[in-house]
Amino acid sequence: MIVERKSSLLRRKILAHGFLLIFLALIMFPFLMVLSISFREGNFSTGSLFPERPTLEHWALALGFDYTRADGTVITPPYPVLLWLGNSIKVGLIASAGVLVLSTTSAYAFARMPFKGRQGVLDTLLIVQMFPAALAVVAIYAIFDTLGRVVPWLGVDSHPALILSYLSAITLHIWTIKGYFDSVDPALDKAAQIDGATPWQAFRYIFLPLSVPILAVVFVLAFIFFINEYPVASVLLRETDKMTLAVGARQYLYEQKYLWGDFAAAAILSGLPITVLFLIAQRFLVSGLSDGAVKG
Amino acid sequence: MAMSDTVSAAPFPGARFGNLLRFAGLGAVALAFLYVIWGLYMAAQPVYAVLTFALGAAIVILYGWSRFYTWRFVFPGVAAVAVFIVLPVIYTSAIGFTNFSATNLLTLDRVQAYHLQRLVKEEGSKRPFALTTAGEIYFPADGDRPALITPPLGSADPLPAEPALSEPETEAMKAVMANRAALQAATVQTPDGQILTMDGLRAFSASAPFYTLQPDGVLLGADGSRLIPNPEIGFYETEEGEKVTPGWRVPVGWDNFRDIARNEGIREPIVQIFLWTFTFAFLSMVLTFSVGTGLAVILEWPHLKGAAIYRVLLVLPYAVPAFISILVFRGLFNQNFGEINLILSQLFGLKPDWFTDPALARTMLLIVNTWLGYPYWMLLIAGFLQAVPKDHYKAAALEGAGPLRCFFSITLPQILPPSVPLLIANFAFNFNNIVLVLLLTRGGPDIPGTLLPAGSTDLLGSFTYQMAFNDSGQNFGMAGAISTLIFAVTGIIAYANFRVMQRLAAKRSAR
Repeated sequence: MIVERKSSLLRRKILAHGFLLIFLALIMFPFLMVLSISFREGNFSTGSLFPERPTLEHWALALGFDYTRADGTVITPPYPVLLWLGNSIKVGLIASAGVLVLSTTSAYAFARMPFKGRQGVLDTLLIVQMFPAALAVVAIYAIFDTLGRVVPWLGVDSHPALILSYLSAITLHIWTIKGYFDSVDPALDKAAQIDGATPWQAFRYIFLPLSVPILAVVFVLAFIFFINEYPVASVLLRETDKMTLAVGARQYLYEQKYLWGDFAAAAILSGLPITVLFLIAQRFLVSGLSDGAVKG
Repeated sequence: MAMSDTVSAAPFPGARFGNLLRFAGLGAVALAFLYVIWGLYMAAQPVYAVLTFALGAAIVILYGWSRFYTWRFVFPGVAAVAVFIVLPVIYTSAIGFTNFSATNLLTLDRVQAYHLQRLVKEEGSKRPFALTTAGEIYFPADGDRPALITPPLGSADPLPAEPALSEPETEAMKAVMANRAALQAATVQTPDGQILTMDGLRAFSASAPFYTLQPDGVLLGADGSRLIPNPEIGFYETEEGEKVTPGWRVPVGWDNFRDIARNEGIREPIVQIFLWTFTFAFLSMVLTFSVGTGLAVILEWPHLKGAAIYRVLLVLPYAVPAFISILVFRGLFNQNFGEINLILSQLFGLKPDWFTDPALARTMLLIVNTWLGYPYWMLLIAGFLQAVPKDHYKAAALEGAGPLRCFFSITLPQILPPSVPLLIANFAFNFNNIVLVLLLTRGGPDIPGTLLPAGSTDLLGSFTYQMAFNDSGQNFGMAGAISTLIFAVTGIIAYANFRVMQRLAAKRSAR
């Protein structure tokens, strides 16, 4: 422990806590506000942090129920929030599973199978990784528009199309998983090889069971990325019933139709599960964040 | 380690059956691909057909021959990247060399078909009609033409009209109005083969195509006018040289790029947006890195109690889905009833115009992005700090160095090198951070006096997105051209990042 003078130490402690508390207040302000707004009456009203007349109207609407006000008027939910959340989770889960399959098999080959052009492909992936698919939305739209004329379930406004386009988000994950595979003791697969295992069997029975933690990290990272993805989804999904949450949520805050209160409830309802998932996975994510990007 | 050397069909009992299954599967895949290729070819998309063929052929070859065993592992991933990133990037650039836009949306065939569909009423074919009480259409005798009657509306298409033997009971005009939609959709075939459609509220008449296609591609009108196709600009032109919409897509070479370079109304906003994109990416990187590092260092201080609680709460902005936080800020910053302005006006009497003043809108964008991005750095730097030797701090304390001196002389030099590639990646991410702009400001407030709709908070990426997908005047060609510029910049950043990482890896293995 570092030796310091008592008085200056106390001053610094107060400073540190004070700074952190003020900073936290600023950071938490939006969360508290949204929570308060979701219980307020109406969609424009302003008021104190603790609503004078709390109402469950916005929450009922977000959960998909009709709400009867005190004066007898019945309000119907403006948007199918739970359906959107379902769409997001469905697309996210399937796409993440796909990403996991594609990136583990590729990473295995890059880590353990010497083949011509290996380093070249790896380096290319690292550079391609910087090009977000969002910049090529015009072309992605054109591709699925054309494909949809031949195979309707793969066209614009279909979830399979979105999932298929999301499969391209594997570049960084290949590097992350390869880094992990590189750290597996080569003696293990040598032994398997001597016992007559094919590379596929070594992959299936040795590498996969060993790398469950990193696979979980990749799965969660991919899932969170897909839940958050807006540009490609907004171009490919146009019908209200097909939208993912990221695309649909925007509908609440148009200048012409501003549903601030309804949005607040819907935001908390849909944001909470994802936030909790992230906080649980956070500890594992950190290592994934730095390892994958730095290991060469 | 080289296991692929020893690969051959291992003779185990199930091998024969497994192979059979594999070939059956491959056959099914090949058939599915052939179906799609055929469909694409029939839909007049030869380029797509060829690309799909290449993909299908690659799958069949790699999974059919055991020679390519290794590539079976690599191919699916690489193919996904090639088809959904590399191909779209190239395709987007290619669109930049065409005039693909709202006015030139279709292919030549479709434009031609559109003009050929234009009908004119045939003179003298007009016949007044009445709707009978049974829902039939009755044409009274007219000059030397006998009275005709059809079966009830909707019973056939076209409705065959037959000579009416007696005069039926007819409805008033009100019934015609009520059945207007059905009448407009109806076609009637007279006994001499003429096809009649509704012409106004009181009559039916025959119509014929206005244009006929000449062998040289010119469209000849019924009144002798001519539409001459101009493949240079993708429009039909009248003999006076006037453009006739709609147009079709044609390659225009470097025209879009020339416009970017020379046309004042286009170049000015692009230069402005380009500079702002760089400023935004750089400031975002610096702000998130400094705030994140500062917090990580404070939280690492051994005398601080409750660091774990602080840490969980401080990570929250990163844990909440970004699109939700951004929309929340959109509401909180609202000028009229947003909570931020309410508090500011109560405390200081201020009501900043967050969404209409360019400088304030940009400030807001940076505030929100810092809020969103600092936890990433806080988490990362906390990890890097573990690698800083504690002895150094002890030595510094003995020499009488204060906390600031310690930070700049010991901590920063230790954490900066491993951060460099991540800083570059962060810069590239923010350079293309179009989600933030699209959800928070949609690019607004608008830059006045520009030819293309451009906003002062637009990043290059969101600018092109809006150009392509806004309701007002989609311009895919120009969007493609500007995207090409973005690709070039992104490519340079990506390569720089790649070199830095290589150097870092080399240093590490040398250690």
